[in-house]
Amino acid sequence: MTRIKGAVVIQTEQCKGCGLCVEACASNVLTMSVNVNSKGYVYSTSLNPELCIGCASCAVVCPDSCISVYRQSVKEERD
Amino acid sequence: MDVREIICEQNKVYSKSKILTDTTLHYCPGCSHGVVHKLIAEVIEELGIQQRTIGVTPVGCGVFAYNYFDIDMVEAAHGRACAVATGINRLAPERVVFTYQGDGDLSAIGTGETIHACNRGESIVVFYINNAIYGMTGGQMAPTTLCGMKTATTPDGRDPKLHGYPYKITEMLAQLEGVCYVTRQTVASAVYIRKAKRAIRRAFENALAGRGLSFVEIVATCNSGWKMSPVAANKWLVENMLPFYPLGDIKSVGE
Repeated sequence: MTRIKGAVVIQTEQCKGCGLCVEACASNVLTMSVNVNSKGYVYSTSLNPELCIGCASCAVVCPDSCISVYRQSVKEERD
Repeated sequence: MDVREIICEQNKVYSKSKILTDTTLHYCPGCSHGVVHKLIAEVIEELGIQQRTIGVTPVGCGVFAYNYFDIDMVEAAHGRACAVATGINRLAPERVVFTYQGDGDLSAIGTGETIHACNRGESIVVFYINNAIYGMTGGQMAPTTLCGMKTATTPDGRDPKLHGYPYKITEMLAQLEGVCYVTRQTVASAVYIRKAKRAIRRAFENALAGRGLSFVEIVATCNSGWKMSPVAANKWLVENMLPFYPLGDIKSVGE
């Protein structure tokens, strides 16, 4: 079975913590951090990176363009 | 499989446009301006017109847009972006010229310049960011503020008897002969953003083909001015702004 797996890379220093990406993520991958970056903002971070399907909705809504998205088809054997 | 193995250049599906500089945007967290900047940059990159494009920035929150685009840009006096763009377009017709203006700039102080540039049918693209408020100067009422909407200068809500009615300059401009494409889009969610990008691309293609003036209104949020969180502001926009400012193409001439 082929599955699409995705991954996000977040430039946490550029992030202003608006939370729009967390709202846009349908797979509940993202959450806001507990810590703050050097500007004092909480930042977006991956809570469940294995759930990402690489739809790029988070990156599309990001006003500060701090998210890059990667996607790959992965063959998996069923248990 | 480890997620980190996916992260390599050939699997990249989305990243920051090369047309945007590394300067951190001065906009508030969650501001729609950042999204619209990104869409314009992506379209310029896709069309391969970085060397040919000249942008004209407004007065308002978008005033520093020239710091964020790696293209030639000119700063116009308040409301006069369409007049400056006309001059550039007439002197250098091979260039693609766009203006980037807010509702205070384009539909208040710059109404005259905007209407006459549209009526002359200059081959430029006009981006009109309508967030129903003056964001830069503290969230005062703008001409586009909705009836009943609370702002810094209308704390009890906009009263049409006292403050007049909000107006839709986009529909007004669609009546003019020189305008070839008039559309209203928003950037409140990923779906809307993808549609808005198609509209922006079409507007640039019109300018490249010399079809006339393309006018793209983006209904935007000002979460600081509206005193809301970015997520709540997007929701409020969809529920309150879109019924008054309906989305879609209002005029489209030629293909």
